[in-house]
Amino acid sequence: MSNDTFFDEMWLEEGGVRDPYRRFATWFDDENPKDLRAKQREAEDLFRLAGITFNVYGRSAAEERLIPFDIIPRIISNAEWQRLSRGIEQRVRAINAFLYDIYHRQEIVKAGRIPEGMLARNDAFLPQMINVTPPGGIYTHIVGIDLVRTGPGQFYVLEDNARTPSGVSYMLENRETMLQMFPELFVRNRVQPVQNYPTDLRRSLAACAPAGASGRPTVAVLTPGIYNSAYYEHAFLADQMGVELVEGSDLRVVDGRVAMRTTRGYKPIDVLYRRVDDDFLDPLNFNPESQLGPPGIMDVYRAGGITIANAPGTGIADDKAIYSYMPEIVEFYTGERPLLENVPTWRCSDPDSLAYVLDNLSDLVVKEVHGSGGYGMLIGPTATKRDIAAFRRKLRARPGHYIAQPTLALSTVPIFSRAGLAPRHVDLRPFVLCCPEGIHITPGGLTRVALKKGSLVVNSSQGGGTKDTWVLED
Amino acid sequence: MLGKTANGLFWMYRFLERAENTARLIETGQRIALTRSGASDLEWRPVLQTAGALDAFLQVNQEITKDAAIDWMLRSKDNPSSLQSCISAARQNARLVRTALTHEVWEAINDAYMRAQRLLARKVGERDLSAVLGAVRQSISLVRGATLGTMLRNDIYDFARIGTFLERADNTARILDVKYYVLLPSVSSIGSSLDNVQWETILRSVSARGGFRMEYGNNYDPQDIAKFLILDRRMPRSLAFCVRKLRDNLGYLVECYGDRREAWTKADHIDRAYLSHTIETIFDYGLHEFIQRLLALLSDLGAQIERDYRFYE
Repeated sequence: MSNDTFFDEMWLEEGGVRDPYRRFATWFDDENPKDLRAKQREAEDLFRLAGITFNVYGRSAAEERLIPFDIIPRIISNAEWQRLSRGIEQRVRAINAFLYDIYHRQEIVKAGRIPEGMLARNDAFLPQMINVTPPGGIYTHIVGIDLVRTGPGQFYVLEDNARTPSGVSYMLENRETMLQMFPELFVRNRVQPVQNYPTDLRRSLAACAPAGASGRPTVAVLTPGIYNSAYYEHAFLADQMGVELVEGSDLRVVDGRVAMRTTRGYKPIDVLYRRVDDDFLDPLNFNPESQLGPPGIMDVYRAGGITIANAPGTGIADDKAIYSYMPEIVEFYTGERPLLENVPTWRCSDPDSLAYVLDNLSDLVVKEVHGSGGYGMLIGPTATKRDIAAFRRKLRARPGHYIAQPTLALSTVPIFSRAGLAPRHVDLRPFVLCCPEGIHITPGGLTRVALKKGSLVVNSSQGGGTKDTWVLED
Repeated sequence: MLGKTANGLFWMYRFLERAENTARLIETGQRIALTRSGASDLEWRPVLQTAGALDAFLQVNQEITKDAAIDWMLRSKDNPSSLQSCISAARQNARLVRTALTHEVWEAINDAYMRAQRLLARKVGERDLSAVLGAVRQSISLVRGATLGTMLRNDIYDFARIGTFLERADNTARILDVKYYVLLPSVSSIGSSLDNVQWETILRSVSARGGFRMEYGNNYDPQDIAKFLILDRRMPRSLAFCVRKLRDNLGYLVECYGDRREAWTKADHIDRAYLSHTIETIFDYGLHEFIQRLLALLSDLGAQIERDYRFYE
């Protein structure tokens, strides 16, 4: 595939600039590249000073790295955004209805739209959640839907991150950095604000408090701790919301409530925004080795004494095998055609699909059903013969662990490279908040960009960077 | 506030204070080595001892040399009191309590850490020592300035201050513990030049040379020095000053939380039973015994604060 078969969000194929970028392009043309290069370095210093770093798994605990930030914004028009956000809202509603259903009457299985084995044999399905209704009926309080674009109006959902989506701190800090470095750009362009996210998050979480909570519910963020790769984000969100950042060792069950150890004794928590996986949430109910969550929290939860956001067991909704059923899921619960498209997906557990996938490995992307972060995947078109052979063996050994998708022609947005503007592939993760009062989507989100020329992997753990994402007012 | 947060603040500021103390001890040691004729590398022994770093040093090194001693106190990761270790530990605690700090304080400590990482990445040559120590101390001062200038006067601030003054009192007491004998009257009836150097060392170790001169002129008298470092309530590193600050800040917590805890009572007791006498009484009691007693009391006070405010489970 050559570069010009990809849709570029800034440049028109026939020359000239796409509409949303027009005012930006005029500004850019007047800028001196040398000054911009200095700004690029300045941005890095700002991130480093603020400590906006992530820890790399498997390396020494002390190593903190910066996610590269690119100063060229990714710009989306308001019309494009309206369409997208309707699709996102529909999808998130469906996911919540799906979760309620599969942990209660399982109508969708009874209706034959999803095979029963899809749930029963899935580790992400938590039997402990059967017949439990979370406060307000909300399962996914925070969702980060990963979208990719292949054409002017063509968006696909790549993943529904319905467990503990991360990256929102980068959305906020990227905007702060741009405002600080290029104030004049925000005078020329009317960009929809993202800064209210922490306030919205707190309000949304508080609205999901259990019935017995006071008028001003106590919210806390649960982090695995200082060595977690996203610790910065956990601290950032707690700080911005003005709530406590707790670890498992700060919590215990006191009088039927989950309470945190303060300097004045134990204080009950109403809503816990946990950034700890299900398996580590409660050593009494899940992994007995875990010290990341307080023993007995699930019992308090089932008794309605605390809200856990996102609810335990939501992982079943963003499982890659379930993903392939999302069009049916959306239709089943909303009665509407899905507004956002799914990437066509072959489930390798199915013998015919497996045969097709094995025959076409060099054109496909193969992913582990339970993997994330761009680890353990095969990108056929750029893989070596040896990689492909290795994957062929893996697929034959455990076909049910894999899905395959066509290699999408991800859109590009320019980055500011040493040679000037250069197109690179991007994705988009908008952040969605759900509470009984409704669904709120922050305009924009996190744009991840593959900094290597031609690369389709945008994950920060694989050398990807980020950009500020603008949704224009007009 | 979480007990863990109180703990993190307490230790963040203890380590910052300790870092500054270590920097000052290195400066003092270097100064003595340079200005005193016939000085040997053995002069570093009491310096290491004061920093509480001697035993660990001797486990790793055969003998005390100037270079090894300086590097040990400056950069060693095996020495928890080295400048590098203290700043890293302070910053690690700051990360832990990030939500309790203002933006300014966090950036100042993060910057101090990054600067120290850079400056202490390689062995520091003698020629650069003073500039490096100066830069590190300056960056620590910026953290303190940001703390004073931007933090709310609430329980967060109180725990920061309690950590600061407990560490400082401990540092001053330890300097006196190692050097008490040069302050005893029997040795110092006249004041040989040797004594003068020793006295100056003590004053330098607590940044008190200028203050002392302002108060007592150029005549070093060991009893005056002891009085200045133990009882003077204007001298910000004296034991009396630090303990009174501890009591004040514990008192603010009492007000803030509406109940009196044991720690306040203990601080008040230290102040009234040990730091409200004359220096003559202390010498009668025995200077060394007195210092040892205070070190024990301070350590007990620290443990009481941990319990009172639920630092740990």
